Amino acid sequence: MGCISSILHPRLNIIRRSSQDNLQHRYFPYVLHTQAIIEVKDLVKHYGDLHAVQGISFTVFEGEIFGLLGPNGAGKTTTLEIIETLRDKTSGEVWVDGLSVDIDPGEIKKRIGVQLQSAGYYPSLTLTELLRLFSGLYNVPVIPEDMLKLVGLEDRSKAKYKELSGGQKQRFSICTTLINRPRVVFLDEPTTGLDPQARRNLWDLIRQVREKGTTVVLTTHYMDEAESLCDRVAIVEKGKNHRTGYSREPY
Amino acid sequence: MLAITQASLRSITRSPSAVIFSLGFPLVFIVVFGFISGNRIRLEVGVDERCDTTTTLYQSILKIPNVELITDKSEAELKQQLIKGRVDAILYIHPGKDSAAGKIVELITSKASREKGSFVQSVLTNLIDKQNISFFRTLSKDQESQETGTGNWANNLAQLKQSEIEGREYKMIDFILPGQLGFSILSAGVFGTAFVFFSLRQTLVLKRFFATPISRTFIVLGEALSRLIFQLAGSLIIILIGKYVFGFTLINGFTTLIEMLLLSALGLIVFMGFGFVVSGLAKSESVIPPLANIVTLPQFLLSGTFFPIDAFPPWLQTICKGLPLTYLNDALRKVAFEGAGLMDISHQILVIALWGVIVYIAAIRFFRWE
Repeated sequence: MGCISSILHPRLNIIRRSSQDNLQHRYFPYVLHTQAIIEVKDLVKHYGDLHAVQGISFTVFEGEIFGLLGPNGAGKTTTLEIIETLRDKTSGEVWVDGLSVDIDPGEIKKRIGVQLQSAGYYPSLTLTELLRLFSGLYNVPVIPEDMLKLVGLEDRSKAKYKELSGGQKQRFSICTTLINRPRVVFLDEPTTGLDPQARRNLWDLIRQVREKGTTVVLTTHYMDEAESLCDRVAIVEKGKNHRTGYSREPY
Repeated sequence: MLAITQASLRSITRSPSAVIFSLGFPLVFIVVFGFISGNRIRLEVGVDERCDTTTTLYQSILKIPNVELITDKSEAELKQQLIKGRVDAILYIHPGKDSAAGKIVELITSKASREKGSFVQSVLTNLIDKQNISFFRTLSKDQESQETGTGNWANNLAQLKQSEIEGREYKMIDFILPGQLGFSILSAGVFGTAFVFFSLRQTLVLKRFFATPISRTFIVLGEALSRLIFQLAGSLIIILIGKYVFGFTLINGFTTLIEMLLLSALGLIVFMGFGFVVSGLAKSESVIPPLANIVTLPQFLLSGTFFPIDAFPPWLQTICKGLPLTYLNDALRKVAFEGAGLMDISHQILVIALWGVIVYIAAIRFFRWE
C-alpha cells in the first residue's frame, strides 16, 4: 500500500526550531509536514530461515510522533534497530536525516537518541554518574541535574538505576537519549509493563520531547497508545506493514 | 573512552566481589603465610672448584638424598648465589693427603639462608664425626698390630672450618608475596574481565553504548584501562602492606616498586586476554566460573604461588614451565629480592608477552559483542 502522501499535519503545531535548515517553519508556522526525516524502503531482514522483516516501507516526517504498531514478534524492534544502525539489513534502503545507514552509521548515531526495549545501565552507578558517562560517550557536555529535571527525576539523582520504579526507569532511559540533542529519538515499547498512571505521565513526557522539536519514533502494541499519542502510525504484522496513516483515520 | 574508564572504575570499586578477589584474598594468604614459616628440606650446596671430589667424605655427601651438589659454577658465581640465598652453603674439601679422612673441610654459609646453612653444617659435622670415629677404629687396630708412633695421627682427622658471610635474609614473605601478587593479577584479570564483559553484554549495556558514536575499540580500551588502574592500586597496597607489616624485601626501594608495578601491568594485560576469551565462550553466566577456574586453578597450584616449582617431579615441572604465571611470579621475585632489572628478566617478559600474543589471537577469534 505504501505510505499515504502527507497532507496537513493533524495537530498543526508550531515548530520552534532555530537551526538554519528549518528556517522556513518560522515564516510558515502552520506548515505542511513535508520534510521527511526517515525514509524506509522495502526493508528486508532474514535471521537464517526466519524472515523477520519482509518488505517494510514508511516515511517519518519531521516533528511528528510516529508509531510502529503491531503484535509481539511482528518485526518492530528489528526494524527499529536497523534504522538505529545497531543491526545489518538483508536488503532495502534506509535513510535517516538524509544519511544512508550503509554509508554513514557513525554520523547517524550522533543525530539520534536510542532507547532499547530492556537496556541495562552500568551497575552501581548513580543517575548523575550515568549521565556523565553518556555525556562522555557522546562527547557532549551536559549538566546532569538539568537533564534529570527535564524528565522529572531531579530528586532521584543519587539513586541507582535498578532502584528506580518501572516508570522512572523509562523516564531515565529517555533522558539518556536526549543528551546529544538528537533530531530523532527512538523508543522501543516505552510504556510496556507500566501502570496506567505511569503510562499517562510517560505520554506527557514524550509529547514534551516532541514539543521541543524532536521527532519521536516509537513501537507499541497498544491500540489506544497509537491512537492518542501518535500522529501517524504504521501497522506492522508478520514482517510487513499493511498500512501507514494518521492515527485518527478510521482503519 | 575516559568516560567509560571513569564509570567502570567507580563501578568496580563499588562491587564488593572485585575488591575481595583482587585485594582481600591475596592479603589473607599473605597474612597466613607471613606468620607461619615453612621449610623446604632440599639443600643446595655449591661445590668449590678446588674441592677434592675423590674423598670418601665427598662420596658420602653425594649419597644424601636431600642435598643437591652444584658443581658447574665458578667460585664468584657461587658466592653471589649464596648471598641471594639461592645456594645454602659452599663446600670446599681441601685436597691433601691421600688418606680418606685427613682433610680440612671448609663450609661457608650465609645469613640469606641461615636455617638451611646450619642444617647443612650439622649434616656435615655428623658425617665427619662418623668418619673420624671409623678412622680411630682402624687406627686402634693398627696400633695393636704395629704400635706405630702416635705423633701425627691427629693430622689425619678431618676438620670442619665453618664461616658465615653476610647475605640478605630471605624470608617467607619474600617468596609468598610475589606469588600472591601474581595470583591476584591472574584472578582479577580473568574473573573480572570475564564477568564484567559478559554481564555488560547480557544486560544490553554494551548495546546501548553501540547506539552512541563511541567506537568499539574505545569501549574495550576504556574498560581495560579502568581495570588496570584498579589492579595496580591493589598491587601497590599489597606490596606496601607486605613491606611495612611483614618486612617484604624491596631491594632497590622505589625503583623495585615501579618495576614490580610494570610487571603487574604486563601480566594483567595478558590475563585480561584470557578473560575476554572466557566471556566470549561462555553461553551463560554459570559457565563462567568453571571456565575461568580452568585457566586460573592450575596456575594457582603449579606456578610457584605457594611452593617453589622445583619441589615438583620433573614431568610436572615441564608443565609448570609452560604457564605464564610461573614466569610472572619468577620475574616478580627476581626483581623484588635479587634486584634484577627489567633487562635481566627479559626472558620471562618475552614468554609472558608470547602468551599475550597467543591469547589475544584467541580473544579476537572468540570475542562476541552481542
